[in-house]
Amino acid sequence: MKPFTRRTAVAAVLDRADVDTDQIMPKQFLKRIERTGFGEFLFFDWAMDPGFELNRPEYRGAGILLAGRNFGCGSSREHAPWGLQDGGFDVVIAPSFGDIFRQNCIKIGLVPIALPAAQVKRLQQFGGRELTVDLEQQTIEDPSGELTPFPFDAFERHRLLNGLDDIGLTLEHEDAITAFEAARG
Amino acid sequence: MTVGKSLFEKIWDAHVVHEAKGEPTLLYVDLHLVHEVTSPQAFDGLRLAGRAVRRPDLTVATMDHNVPTLPGPIEDPLARAQLDALRRNCEEFDVRLYATGSGREGIVHVIGPELGLTQPGMTIVCGDSHTSTHGAFGALAFGVGTSEVEHVLAAQTLPLVKPEQTLVRFDGSLPPGLTPKDVVLGMIGQVGVAGGVGHVFEYAGEAIRGFSMEGRMTLCNMSIEAGARAGMVAPDDTTFGYLERREFAPTGGEWERALDRWRAFASDDGVRYDREIVVDVEALEPQVTWGTNPGMVAPVGGVVPDPAQYADPDDRGAVERALAYMALEPGTPIGEIRIDRVFIGSCTNARIEDLRAAAAVASGKRVAPGVTALVVPGSAAVKRLAEEEGLDRVFVAAGFEWRNAGCSMCLGMNPDVLQPGERCASTSNRNFEGRQGRLGRTHLVSPAMAAAAAIAGHFVDVRELDVEAVPA
Ligand code: SF4
Repeated sequence: MKPFTRRTAVAAVLDRADVDTDQIMPKQFLKRIERTGFGEFLFFDWAMDPGFELNRPEYRGAGILLAGRNFGCGSSREHAPWGLQDGGFDVVIAPSFGDIFRQNCIKIGLVPIALPAAQVKRLQQFGGRELTVDLEQQTIEDPSGELTPFPFDAFERHRLLNGLDDIGLTLEHEDAITAFEAARG
Repeated sequence: MTVGKSLFEKIWDAHVVHEAKGEPTLLYVDLHLVHEVTSPQAFDGLRLAGRAVRRPDLTVATMDHNVPTLPGPIEDPLARAQLDALRRNCEEFDVRLYATGSGREGIVHVIGPELGLTQPGMTIVCGDSHTSTHGAFGALAFGVGTSEVEHVLAAQTLPLVKPEQTLVRFDGSLPPGLTPKDVVLGMIGQVGVAGGVGHVFEYAGEAIRGFSMEGRMTLCNMSIEAGARAGMVAPDDTTFGYLERREFAPTGGEWERALDRWRAFASDDGVRYDREIVVDVEALEPQVTWGTNPGMVAPVGGVVPDPAQYADPDDRGAVERALAYMALEPGTPIGEIRIDRVFIGSCTNARIEDLRAAAAVASGKRVAPGVTALVVPGSAAVKRLAEEEGLDRVFVAAGFEWRNAGCSMCLGMNPDVLQPGERCASTSNRNFEGRQGRLGRTHLVSPAMAAAAAIAGHFVDVRELDVEAVPA
């Protein structure tokens, strides 16, 4: 997993509640057996509508997504965060996330930041402009110069900052796993 | 009063492999279910890192999402490649596979319980959000992503932050004609699609005790639609009765010892839940969703809501978009919504009891002109049993199509899809935009309500169906 410390990028706004992973990565692309190349299918069905928010020219090259509450609810498909990451996004900021989606983001190094709804709305006014997300400092800097602090689980932050492989970390406890298995017979 | 332990806490505590302050808990996984869609990249990851599957004996794979439900070869080259990849991966890593044609295949959440693999007190994961289904047996079961699938394959454990727990208490007894699907849709309508985020739901109450295992599975299956990580029902004699003599259930003295162990997985008195939700079962009517998530639901006697009723601008925006997508006008009586397709199937409602309920409604009647209706059993075993009972003949005589097992039109990754603009009464679990086919419109209902809609050509209260279907 590639480490994440800080990124300055254009923020795109998708202010809709309860966006499910079926929308982020529609099922017709789930038959692929590769892990890469999902970016071009991101929001595929919605993107066919020229009026779709993320089609706006000012969002071209965006790396930060400002989304609505319960973003990424529904299906467990990791293809959704793969698509976001492959499509250039390193950070998603929303009032809340679907549990499995959030977990999947963390696993692949896509940073999910939960902020109170009012703060997300405030940041949305900077859509099309650059924000700087600093995971080390746990702050978001906007074009007004204001720094918005955000909470983040300390262990997950450590993993993301260092790009640590989860399986590698777990296998450090191999003895404990073996002992657990032995104890149950 | 002393603080008791809940079912969830008992299972959690019994599976802790490693714990340290400031770190997620390493939890042991007893059963890992695998299907073709969310596993290929996980097996690739193992190969890249030169890792083996740690416990092939605790890993079981099946084919469900991509398989066509009509006999014959798989036309779609991508679907075929994904199924072939699963077959190769299972051979290479020595994982048990119930492939199409094996007689034991079916939707992963149908076959786990029916083979007796799912048992009380277990931790169960699968790269699929509806893994919550298995919680019906008093197991802690939840969906994971592909990275976590790889993790479990490699280490048979998962690092997890302990979720909070909610007691969902269903008050009152189930009114006649109401089904577990109506109860769970009503619950989701009440708590919302994000109501369970970060929580495990424990379901309790008289109505739940009266549910069969099929009904409990329907309920737990849709926990994720309320955003909950998992849903669980404490095991009881109904659970044990279902499991006894299943292929992988313990036998003889083992069975007796298992019963003793399993009985302990009830919640103690005096448990401190982080939250409690009460659902009044007696106030519920058969439910029909009108929108694009399972929380957008109304009683069959109700109407499509008006976005103007919603004070919260996010809610209003969501309802406006949903009604535009669904092509519905505010105030339209649910009973006046006409349908083109009916889908009876999915891991929510394709077990034998679901098919019996639908067949009872369909028996001696005819699918309305212009409506196409599909019945897709949840597994090869459900199909065999239904055929022994003659349900297939009831359906076919009434004009329904009778298919082979699979996920089918629940998500349309196979040839069973809605065409743009088609409106479907579906017994599945998600009415998301495009879920059953691009621009398709899905209304979630119970199997009996779906069969009733097939006969009437529009939604109708199944409790009044014998009164004669309302003519168009
Ligand atoms: S039936 Fe539908 S929800 Fe269930 S596993 Fe298959 S695709 Fe997923």
